[in-house]
Amino acid sequence: MSQPVDQSPAGTPLSTNRDAAVAGSPAAPAAAGEPAPAPRPRRSRWLGAAVLAVGGLLLAGCQIPTFSATKPTTTQGQDAIKLWQGFFIAGAIVFVIVFCLIAWAVFRYRRRSDAIPQQTQYHTILEIVYTAVPVVIVLVLFAFTFVTENNVDALPAPRLTVTVTGFQWGWRFHYTTKNVTVIGVELQDPQMVIPVHEAVRINLQSHDVIHGFYVPAFDFSRYAQPGIINKFTITPQSTGTYHGQCTQYCGLYHSLMRFRVKVVSATQFAAWVSTHHSSGPQKSVPTVERRALGKSTPSSTATPNSNASTHTSTAATYQTGSTGL
Amino acid sequence: MKIESTFLIGVGIFFGCVALIYWFLSYEDGGFTMLLGTCALGFLPGSYYFYWHRRFRGHKYFFWGKTERVVGTRPEDLPDATIADGAGVISSFPGSSVWPFTLGMGAFVLLLSFVFGVWLAMIGGAIILSALVGVTAESRRGGTH
Amino acid sequence: MTDVIAPPAAGGGSLIPGMGTEHVAHAHEDHGPTGLMKWITTTDHKVIGLSYMITAVALFYIAGLLALGIRVQLTTPAGTFISFQQFNQLFTMHGSIMMYLFAGPFAFGGLANYVVPLQIGAPDMAFPRLNALSYWLFLGGATTMLMGFFVGGGAADFGWVAYAPLSTTTYTPGPGEDLWIMALVLTGFSAIFTGVNLVATIFYLRAPGMTMFRMPIFTWNMLVTGILILIAFPVLTAALVMLFADRHFGTMIYSVTGCHTVTGTPDAHACGSAVLWQNLFWFFGHPEVYILALPYFGIVTEIFPVFSRKPVFGYKGMVFATMSIAALSTGVWAHHMFTTGTVLLPFFSLMSLLIAVPTGIKFFNWIGTMWRGQLVYKTPMLMAIGFLFAFLMGGVTGVMLAAPPIDFFVHTTYFVVAHFHQVLFGTAVFGGFAGLYYWYPKMFGRMLNDRLGKWHFWLLFVGFWLTYMPQYILGLHGMPRRVASYPSNLGWQSWNIASTIGAFMIAASFMFLLANFWMSWRYPVPAGDNPWDAHTLEWFTTSPPPHHNYTHLPTIRSERPTWDYNHPQSPNIRHGSGRTRAAPGHSNGHGPGGSGNGAAPGHGNGSGMERREGPVS
Repeated sequence: MSQPVDQSPAGTPLSTNRDAAVAGSPAAPAAAGEPAPAPRPRRSRWLGAAVLAVGGLLLAGCQIPTFSATKPTTTQGQDAIKLWQGFFIAGAIVFVIVFCLIAWAVFRYRRRSDAIPQQTQYHTILEIVYTAVPVVIVLVLFAFTFVTENNVDALPAPRLTVTVTGFQWGWRFHYTTKNVTVIGVELQDPQMVIPVHEAVRINLQSHDVIHGFYVPAFDFSRYAQPGIINKFTITPQSTGTYHGQCTQYCGLYHSLMRFRVKVVSATQFAAWVSTHHSSGPQKSVPTVERRALGKSTPSSTATPNSNASTHTSTAATYQTGSTGL
Repeated sequence: MKIESTFLIGVGIFFGCVALIYWFLSYEDGGFTMLLGTCALGFLPGSYYFYWHRRFRGHKYFFWGKTERVVGTRPEDLPDATIADGAGVISSFPGSSVWPFTLGMGAFVLLLSFVFGVWLAMIGGAIILSALVGVTAESRRGGTH
Repeated sequence: MTDVIAPPAAGGGSLIPGMGTEHVAHAHEDHGPTGLMKWITTTDHKVIGLSYMITAVALFYIAGLLALGIRVQLTTPAGTFISFQQFNQLFTMHGSIMMYLFAGPFAFGGLANYVVPLQIGAPDMAFPRLNALSYWLFLGGATTMLMGFFVGGGAADFGWVAYAPLSTTTYTPGPGEDLWIMALVLTGFSAIFTGVNLVATIFYLRAPGMTMFRMPIFTWNMLVTGILILIAFPVLTAALVMLFADRHFGTMIYSVTGCHTVTGTPDAHACGSAVLWQNLFWFFGHPEVYILALPYFGIVTEIFPVFSRKPVFGYKGMVFATMSIAALSTGVWAHHMFTTGTVLLPFFSLMSLLIAVPTGIKFFNWIGTMWRGQLVYKTPMLMAIGFLFAFLMGGVTGVMLAAPPIDFFVHTTYFVVAHFHQVLFGTAVFGGFAGLYYWYPKMFGRMLNDRLGKWHFWLLFVGFWLTYMPQYILGLHGMPRRVASYPSNLGWQSWNIASTIGAFMIAASFMFLLANFWMSWRYPVPAGDNPWDAHTLEWFTTSPPPHHNYTHLPTIRSERPTWDYNHPQSPNIRHGSGRTRAAPGHSNGHGPGGSGNGAAPGHGNGSGMERREGPVS
């Protein structure tokens, strides 16, 4: 595999070469090192088919499907999904090879006579091969993981910082430099608005228990934990409204702890900021009481209240308003 | 005894190495402590078996010394031992005893007292005490039958 | 406990084969209590093992019912079958019972307890009374956990991982949670005692000639499991004690309530650390996963050779793979915490990926064992093959999860649920019930019906794939785990319904197991000593084995003494060097053997001197 790794700036959607490098390389050793206990003439033909398949995928490049994973809409997500594609293909090849070996053994060696088969117990070379080949595969996979992980977790200088706070059972989005705060009143889906093509720094924390900030369309999640501020960057690449939710189980209404992320153009974002810069009074969220209420009424149908979310004006208001928390 | 001690000392060495690597990569104290504990878990019994292994065998060196064909002296460590080699008393095995059950139920009641109130601890403690007395007496007497 | 384990005394005198021990055994059985008192007062590893298995399987059925409740709830997006609170209790208890009370105790308390002493030719476990205590603590723990359903506020509902600070009294104040903690303390001690017992038994009570590298793979795996238990469970117990202190004694070890402000930095002096719980828990939790997996690896490694009529392929590689898995598994705990943002990603990622290597070795060894064999598909073999496919899928997705960037978007989604169910279901259910079908004739001297067993297997196999494959897709589409309801506009409902249908098929399959038990109880088919023409020592004795297990033993010259005894013409072949291993037992006269039809070895008792057992004190 001598595919050049394209060092194009992060943000180029689905760069073909990078795709090929990620997807192809882990897959190839898996195919080449197919450890068959008994080498058979079929094997070379099989290998050829595998190489063809991998080659076809290499040529296809950007057309590799996401294998059920959500199509990424951020730079970071695109990086992650390329790794996923590579792992999926490598995994699928290994799966198919081992599956075929098992199936062959199961169907071919069905008991046909009472004769005692040869009592073979060791085959040193074969054992070394099927130890060494997985080691190589694993190291290659790890190399790609390492690179991708650094890309995904990179913290470039942000143009916009949003402090996201999870609480039972809702979210607060505080735009640090814009003096805008969005609070989801309990069981309401608040909406985080961010501009497209900009690196948005998220400072993630929790007010009470551990929550998980997860937007499937970003192919990324991170825990919101009390006492820890998790920092990461998302750089959305396309506008739209995306569904998000809490993934870490956090108590009674965990499943209703959803939110939306709306990615808009820069001008729309500026307009949105100015609209919400000054707004109505902050609604405090007495979580403890509500939690207790939830615990004592085992009602499964928690009907949301009318208003979707409340927007508040300044950081000062925000802090005052949140003393009840 | 050799394989047993090698096995456990191997556990100790492996986790010692992992603990060091982990510490210098992360400086995270919780995991480091637990890995050190695991390392000690390997070395403590491992060195005990190693001690006995040396006592049995009288090795010239430690691990890397010239070993003889026979591993250990116990018949279960001899590849060509016959069953007759192991004849004799293996151990004394206790017969039926009601005290494990009593002790277990005592522990059960005692731990429930943390949930339901201290009064249960009295009952649990009494059961445990009687079980301890019972099992000790039984051992001195030599079992129920 | 006061058992004295002495090395076999030299010059104990040779005995007339088959006399002394039988006498001891009979004397013992004649005077032992009967009925319920027998089960309560027993120190016999076989009876204790059976108690463990019966309890664990009963708990498996209970936890399975809870799983059905979960699945029914998820057939509709609104989730109106049960309340959210009940749902949260259900998945917590389902996970807790399956993980702590079924999969582990069934393996190391049940099957290992029964089989390990038999496989190494020991009369009992090293510490029989401690063994009995283990069981009673386990039963106490199981009762404590189930009591949660009957106290005010219901059972624990913080997930089987009990993440702090959700598990502190601020958020889960009820007694159900306290009961959960105490249940785990009890079962934790029970597991530790069993671990000590297994290790001591394997180190000290092997029969002459049963060197470490002649032990069956199942025994090897149980030895490694025993060590893993000793590594992992004390950490859990300590963590639980601290959690309880946080809940009731006002400590702030995991709790962070009131010690930080939303915008400000946390006050480090007043704060506990919620991540500490995760570190401690997963330092237990990941070895625990292998405590649950390794015994079942051992079981299928017993089954493949027997039903292929070949020795284990790559025996030593298998042993070292087991050790590597166990060693690596203790260094990967934080791969459950990738998304906390507080762990060293590359270290844990590499360690996790590396586990694939020894697991791969095991896979190829299993396939190598079947290769060019004479495979016969009795129920245990079918279950073992089901295990192979299930674990293959679970393993491949496990490798994916070891990469943090991938884990970031499937963590705590149904992808992970599907992954670990395929791994744990593959091991504990396919592997575990393979072991039950395999050793049942040894335990009761009766066969289980093979036709019913095949119904069980096929329904289970189809149900298994139908249940978990849709969950992978759900996870990739973004459905989080532990949700009692989900949005109706995301197209998740049909996948959930498919999964629920699969779950009901699994439930139906286990009715065949019950029917099978009933059949074998009502219409017994005698099994004989060695119905499978098996290899290892436990098949040499009678079914069920007498008290203290053996009246006589064969000469042990390889990993499979019973096979050598029955087939003296078919020794193991070391293929690589072409050297034939020491021919089994030519020092002793053997029975006719070699007929290959699994002749019961009992009649050929001239094979070796019996091993005298100590007096029962």
